[in-house]
Amino acid sequence: MYLEKVIRELSGVILTRGPKLCNFVEWRGHKVVYKRYASLYFCMGIDQEDNELEVLEIIHHYVEILDRYFGSVSDLRLWFIVCELDLIFNFHKAYYALDELLIAGELQESSKKTVARLIAAQDSLVEAAKEQASSLSNIISQATK
Amino acid sequence: MALSGMRGLSVFISDIRNCQNKEQERLRVDKELGNIRTRFKNEKGLTPYEKKKYVWKMLYIFMLGYDVDFGHMEAVSLISAPKYPEKQVGYIVTSSLLNENHDFLRLAINTVRNDIIGRNETFQCLALTMVGNIGGREFAESLAPDVQKLLISSSCRPLVRKKAALCLLRLFRKNPDVVNVDGWSDRMAQLLDERDLGVLTSSMSLLVALVSNNHEAYWSCLPKCVKTLERLARNQDIPQEYTYYGIPSPWLQVKTMRALQYFPTVEDPNTRRSLFEVLQRILMGTDVVKNVNKNNASHAVLFEALALVMHLDAENEMMSQCVALLGKFIAVREPNIRYLGLENMTRMLMVTDVHDIIKRHQAQIITSLKDPDISIRRRALDLLYGMCDVSNAKDIVEELLQYLSTADFAMREELSLKAAILAEKFAPDLSWYVDVILQLIDKAGDFVSDDIWFRVVQFVTNNEDLQPYAAAKAREYLDKPAIHETMVKVSAYLLGEYSHLLARRPGCSPKEIFSAIHEKLPTVSTTTIPILLSTYAKILMHTQPPDPELQKHVWAIFSKYESCIDVEIQQRAIEYFALSSKGAALMDILAEMPKFPERQSALIKKAEVAEVDTAEQSAIKLRAQQHMTNALVVTDQHSLNGTPQSVGQLSLVKIPSISGDEHTSADQELSQANGTLATVDPQPPSADLLGDLLGPLAIEGLPGAAVLSEPNAVSGLEGVPIPADDAAAIVPVEKDTNSVQPIGNINERFYALCLKDSGVLYEDPNIQIGIKAEWRAQHGRLVLFLGNKNTFPLLSVQALILPPVHLKIELSLVPETIPPRAQVQCPLEVMNLHPSRDVAVLDFSYKCGTSMANVKLRLPAVLNKFLQPITVSAEEFFPQWRSLSGPPLKLQEVVRGVRPLSLIDMANIFTSFQLTVCQGLDPNPNNLIASTTFYSETIRPMLCLIRIETDPTDRTQLRITVASGDPTLTFELMEFIKEQLVGIPTAPRPPAPPAAPGAQLTNPAAPVAQPANPAALTDPGDLLAGLL
Repeated sequence: MYLEKVIRELSGVILTRGPKLCNFVEWRGHKVVYKRYASLYFCMGIDQEDNELEVLEIIHHYVEILDRYFGSVSDLRLWFIVCELDLIFNFHKAYYALDELLIAGELQESSKKTVARLIAAQDSLVEAAKEQASSLSNIISQATK
Repeated sequence: MALSGMRGLSVFISDIRNCQNKEQERLRVDKELGNIRTRFKNEKGLTPYEKKKYVWKMLYIFMLGYDVDFGHMEAVSLISAPKYPEKQVGYIVTSSLLNENHDFLRLAINTVRNDIIGRNETFQCLALTMVGNIGGREFAESLAPDVQKLLISSSCRPLVRKKAALCLLRLFRKNPDVVNVDGWSDRMAQLLDERDLGVLTSSMSLLVALVSNNHEAYWSCLPKCVKTLERLARNQDIPQEYTYYGIPSPWLQVKTMRALQYFPTVEDPNTRRSLFEVLQRILMGTDVVKNVNKNNASHAVLFEALALVMHLDAENEMMSQCVALLGKFIAVREPNIRYLGLENMTRMLMVTDVHDIIKRHQAQIITSLKDPDISIRRRALDLLYGMCDVSNAKDIVEELLQYLSTADFAMREELSLKAAILAEKFAPDLSWYVDVILQLIDKAGDFVSDDIWFRVVQFVTNNEDLQPYAAAKAREYLDKPAIHETMVKVSAYLLGEYSHLLARRPGCSPKEIFSAIHEKLPTVSTTTIPILLSTYAKILMHTQPPDPELQKHVWAIFSKYESCIDVEIQQRAIEYFALSSKGAALMDILAEMPKFPERQSALIKKAEVAEVDTAEQSAIKLRAQQHMTNALVVTDQHSLNGTPQSVGQLSLVKIPSISGDEHTSADQELSQANGTLATVDPQPPSADLLGDLLGPLAIEGLPGAAVLSEPNAVSGLEGVPIPADDAAAIVPVEKDTNSVQPIGNINERFYALCLKDSGVLYEDPNIQIGIKAEWRAQHGRLVLFLGNKNTFPLLSVQALILPPVHLKIELSLVPETIPPRAQVQCPLEVMNLHPSRDVAVLDFSYKCGTSMANVKLRLPAVLNKFLQPITVSAEEFFPQWRSLSGPPLKLQEVVRGVRPLSLIDMANIFTSFQLTVCQGLDPNPNNLIASTTFYSETIRPMLCLIRIETDPTDRTQLRITVASGDPTLTFELMEFIKEQLVGIPTAPRPPAPPAAPGAQLTNPAAPVAQPANPAALTDPGDLLAGLL
């Protein structure tokens, strides 16, 4: 399968790179910008002519957004750096954040504050629906008792 | 830790994380997939919550890299849920699991549209995000107007409008026609006055795509871009939240400067002045700071400013500032900056007059060739390659040679190819060139492709002065203890041809040369032995008067190989033995090889195709093209006027990256047929006589053993068969000079595309035609990608389809002009009406200079594209097979003269043509059964059954039986299979004459242009070319 192959090959290329090297690799005629945060690697494939540093900072921007988001949600987290477990158990939230940041591969918002506000608004919509549903089911269960 | 809020999901994720190995993980995943599948089947019992949970699990499994081929419907159906939580999940999972070509997406178009035009802004956001990420052409056509409305609506909030801008960008990439230029350019200019920086950032990305396609329409945006850039660079009125590490949105700055690079120039003096002030400020005011992120962001802006300055071709002062900066960058500690410094220097080389300034940094660049980071080493290699010219070639090539011994394996092949090309292009004298190539073979024989040694042989053959030198060098290498087999090949060849020129030197008597070569024979493989045999025959011939002892020895070797199992060796041994016993007659037949016709270097072509993986051409490729005409002409240059040719100037206007990877050319083919492209107007371009003479100059691969099976083609003009390719060793050079030479072999490109769905259909120095196809039952949707490779527009572009009767083909409008370095996409709809092997032809022409170029190309809408593999069981197969009892529904034929294939190879061929090979149905292991379904408009989907019976004692004959419910289909399929098994897909077939587009496939053995035409065989030179 294509995705699996890409992941496997790229991991091979990127994981073997030492710590003091540049953040760009050329792979099968494509360019990949990557950055490591502790045990997490973020990668983004770009066109040959794209501005590599700009993309590198999009990655960092995203990480800061995730950090702020998970930092505010989780009580267990004590300090900076979004951790692997946050992302794995909340991969869907990572998607929400990504969708507020990038569309069609282009940056849509560069204000962290705005992104955080929008994700919070979405979360509260989901929460509201949940409460509504549970109160509804309460009413139903009350009524059918 | 489990924050996901869904216990089932968290448990599953924990399970996966606790798996000890991949196998356990796979088992757990399979179990879960089975569970989800069962749940989805009885859908009644699923609450929205459960449905959500399962599609999240599916997405998680998908993320792990597993194939998730069901449940797409469930994900898509969540989109139409009335409540936000379900809808949100539906949209996100759908955009992750499906791609734009997925059928289910079509089902969702209406729902998506309702969300977009509805009043709920959260729904609008979800829909716009999904369409912006995976929307395809159909979305583009049905949604673009609605998205445009949202983008310019005064009642929409920024959160919707910024998504609308990027959504529109995606739709525009899918189909540029959906944005109506006339109405939209003013709106676009208004959008640039936007106060909200999020909306402005998105709009700027949209503008980049729009201007890259057509800058003329968006002139009014230019001054606004400059204003925006000024405002950002001076940090005027930028809200705090839009600064990133103290820098006003670096992304918006970069985008704005990118947009400006698509305008050819800035005319208004005031705007120009303010722009240059800003650029000056960025160039001078960017310092290296401690914080990594701040540093990256400010340098992202700086590098974009450099690119813009390069593009605007600013006053020389600014340009030299740029080079100075880059010179500083390539020596800094920070690896990213080093990498970018090298990369941008390579880009800058396209601005010709900085060449000399960049040369000052040569030493530093050579140091980077030894950088610990392979990414940086690659950039350094590219830069050295790009900056090489006659003045520094010697130094650079010698550095590359030195580096070769220590280079990583991943780079050696590229390195040796580049060294070989540079040596060829810029050799100050030819003996140096020979030295370099021999050293290359000596140091990195494994990485030296055959083309490289073919090329040195061609050179030596065509330059008499060089022959004694080359022979002497070859003799020297033979004395080395362990030499690479390629060295044996090239030395043996050179000494066979030219050792008689060394006769008086010590150690160079025929006998000594012979024993030096013969010593190597036990160490070489069977592909080299034939070359050695030829050499022996030649040495024998050159020994006058004959040396009876040597003769006896050589004859003994020939008779030893007369019974060799390798046919090639056997044939040569027998022939040389017979020829050499004829005495004087031998002289004629084994005379020295004639000169090779000069053609484009196979090596340089290889370098060109090596990097075409991306939509945009890399600088190195551009440069290779620039230098194509300079290739290999050192001697001619000196003799003609002594000055090197000037290098054409290229501007930095970028190709829009509309197509992701369509340009991929898997066609690494080196041989080149004459093709069918010819200039209709034979009037030669008057100005550049030298360029015209030298243009197609450069030679092809050396005649190899495979010469007799090489593809062939007919010159389009008169239809006169010209032996193509290697066999063309005797064709006079002038024949080619008036035509635009195709790059690569048109025939082979066509046959390759018969097997795959995307690739390059045609390429020449001016244009590349790529093709991407999707086939669904009897329908095909093709997109032609017409890419102008030049810096001037291609005019009078015309594309006509000559369809055979069984295909209905509609080509959308092809623009008359292709702008410089732009790519246009032309969709093509195909419908198959009934079975036939005829082929559609694209008649393509454009104006190039003063003459028209015209080419006729077969389109890969061939029979097998309308087949879909299907597996049948024994229970299904036999009744069907029996019920189709005989002609005309079931045909049987014994075919002889098949190319011998193992059953496995045959099965592979079948699979590649969409026939399913059914294992185990036929009890006889020498037989093969296959099945497929054929789709056409006039008959229902038709099951086809095929049986091949082979004879293990004679692989050249077999019996084919084909059965289907339609007589024409049975017949056509039978013929199709015969063609595949009798002729190799690359077998010689002339391209279609325009009047009868279908003729070439129905008659594979057309008498035209057989390579071994009798006239050529009587020529001794050609005969030998065939043998060697």
